[in-house]
Amino acid sequence: MGSLKESAVSGSNPLDSPVKQIQIDGLVVLKIIKHYQEEGQGSEVVQGVLLGLVVEDRLEITNCFPFPQHTEDDVDFDEVQYQMEMMRSLRHVNIDHLHVGWYQSTYYGSFVSRALLDSQFSYQHAIEESVVLIYDPIKTAQGSLCLKAYRLTPKLMEICKEKDFSPEALKKACIGYEHMLEEVPIVIKNSHLINVLLLDLQEKSTVADKHELLNLSSSNHLEKSLQLLMDRVDGMSQEIVKYNTYCRNLTKQQQQKQQYLQRRQQENTQRQSRGEPPLPEEDINKMFKPPQAPPRMDTLLIAGQVNNYCQNIKAFTSQNLGKLFMAEALQGHSS
Amino acid sequence: CRSKPATARIPWRPALSFSSSPFVIFLHFLYKIMAVHGPLVKIHPVVLASIVDSYERRNEGASRVIGTLLGTADKHSVEVTNCFSVPHNESEDEVAVDMEFAKNMYELHKKVSPSEVIIGWYATGYDITEHSVLIHEYYSREAPNPIHMTVDTALQSNKMNIRAYVSSQMGVPGKTVGVMFTPLTIKYIYYDTERIGVDLLQRTRASPSRTNGLTTDLAQVASAAGRVQEMLSTMLSYIEDVLSGKVMADNSVGRYLMDLVNKVPKITAEDFESMLNSNINDLLMVTYLANLTQAQIALNEKLVVL
Repeated sequence: MGSLKESAVSGSNPLDSPVKQIQIDGLVVLKIIKHYQEEGQGSEVVQGVLLGLVVEDRLEITNCFPFPQHTEDDVDFDEVQYQMEMMRSLRHVNIDHLHVGWYQSTYYGSFVSRALLDSQFSYQHAIEESVVLIYDPIKTAQGSLCLKAYRLTPKLMEICKEKDFSPEALKKACIGYEHMLEEVPIVIKNSHLINVLLLDLQEKSTVADKHELLNLSSSNHLEKSLQLLMDRVDGMSQEIVKYNTYCRNLTKQQQQKQQYLQRRQQENTQRQSRGEPPLPEEDINKMFKPPQAPPRMDTLLIAGQVNNYCQNIKAFTSQNLGKLFMAEALQGHSS
Repeated sequence: CRSKPATARIPWRPALSFSSSPFVIFLHFLYKIMAVHGPLVKIHPVVLASIVDSYERRNEGASRVIGTLLGTADKHSVEVTNCFSVPHNESEDEVAVDMEFAKNMYELHKKVSPSEVIIGWYATGYDITEHSVLIHEYYSREAPNPIHMTVDTALQSNKMNIRAYVSSQMGVPGKTVGVMFTPLTIKYIYYDTERIGVDLLQRTRASPSRTNGLTTDLAQVASAAGRVQEMLSTMLSYIEDVLSGKVMADNSVGRYLMDLVNKVPKITAEDFESMLNSNINDLLMVTYLANLTQAQIALNEKLVVL
């Protein structure tokens, strides 16, 4: 995505997050829902841009526009140009044209990936207050809107800037998978006129409540979530194996180095006792090249993703347990 | 095409623009009870929210906003799914619409959703003015039989009147020709997720600062249960009124109640127990696994950092 160098507000304290709360207009919520419903089916991901402004420590999102998909088919489609044109046009009709973030839909909660990290990093680098809104359509269809806003923690931002993902660097920064993304609380706000509109809609619409929220069936959702979790755990175990082999290789190499040095010393003392010149010092490092340390970023991402899956699953099961106990209470009454 | 109305020789000459003369109010009323020959108009709430938002952001001095409606049309109905506002200037005797802009925006929108086409246009405000006729002509070139939608954001009648019209020719061919706007029936349709979104937005009406946070999971189940409880208590109070003779019994309502009571499945206690237990066991097992996995990765993290 093109990163626009629009600095809406000068960043305040760099250690504290400059954004404490997100305020979204009802219009943006409806647009995001519509975009996914019409253009993204199955496990495809739809994306778009958020527009708004920053007020004190709140980020207000007042409008958004979607990004077309399948840009691989159309070679002469320029993403940046589309964005610039859209924003120019929106400026004519007085819509806030400041870029403040982007949104993405997710499939069962799987969004912690390299692509997201890179995009969010470039956004946050250019615009300090930007966020990524993650919209979960499947959870929303189960009864209540699931919209979350994330930012990269300052620690992670620094690491991404250095582009150094070796284990030592990560250890130095003490980043755990829990400190990668921070969630920002969301509040939805509507203007008075929109409230009048909502009142009108409520009176006129004859749609009966469907109460998906009280649906008792859970096995389908659980199956899929567990499947995804298993895949990630497999990936995780592969990374762990890689890291273990690296550690083992490293220790073996250290041992070999020690042995070589010892042998050298022994030989030298022997030669000295025999009166011969000692062997020349050889460069140890060239002989024993240290093995390549595996980059730890992927492991961190997978750990973060697994954590996210687990939390989603736990929330889902707690909801369902509540519903089952309610059903039991009702049955107990009637029997 | 329109021409200036000639002096009244035909007593029932129809007005070319709807003003608030009593004759025209009669016409409004007549149109309400006449059969509508146009298609059914289905509107998504996102369109209305967009229109209200662009009205709020209108330029200084502009009394109304206009824009294009996008959607899909089939034989009997038209579904409006998207819209964008178009800058325009309107004064007493002329109107200027930025058509380049409209074309540009439509191209951009088409890149995202190629199935949406221009199906009409909207304007805020209560009346249909002469300028609307001109604008409607322009849109007739873009789409076959365009719809014109008005949203009364000035709340003239204490409500936001949302109406849709389709235009048709009228008058004596060759002499006085004009354009008539026939009203169409409007229906609001929602996707499932849209309805859930709108339900959430409804809650902002309750709070004085017009804000609303997103609730946690168990709280949602509790509120859904609360809603069902409310509905049940309404029903119970109605039934008691009927039984005590306060309200006349309605047969259709009685039939619905009968259906409802019969729909409750009859399960023996043991079957229900076993179903409940197996479900609870499944959920508990999954919770245990999730906790285990989380503990595992936390441990792995600590080991690596050592």
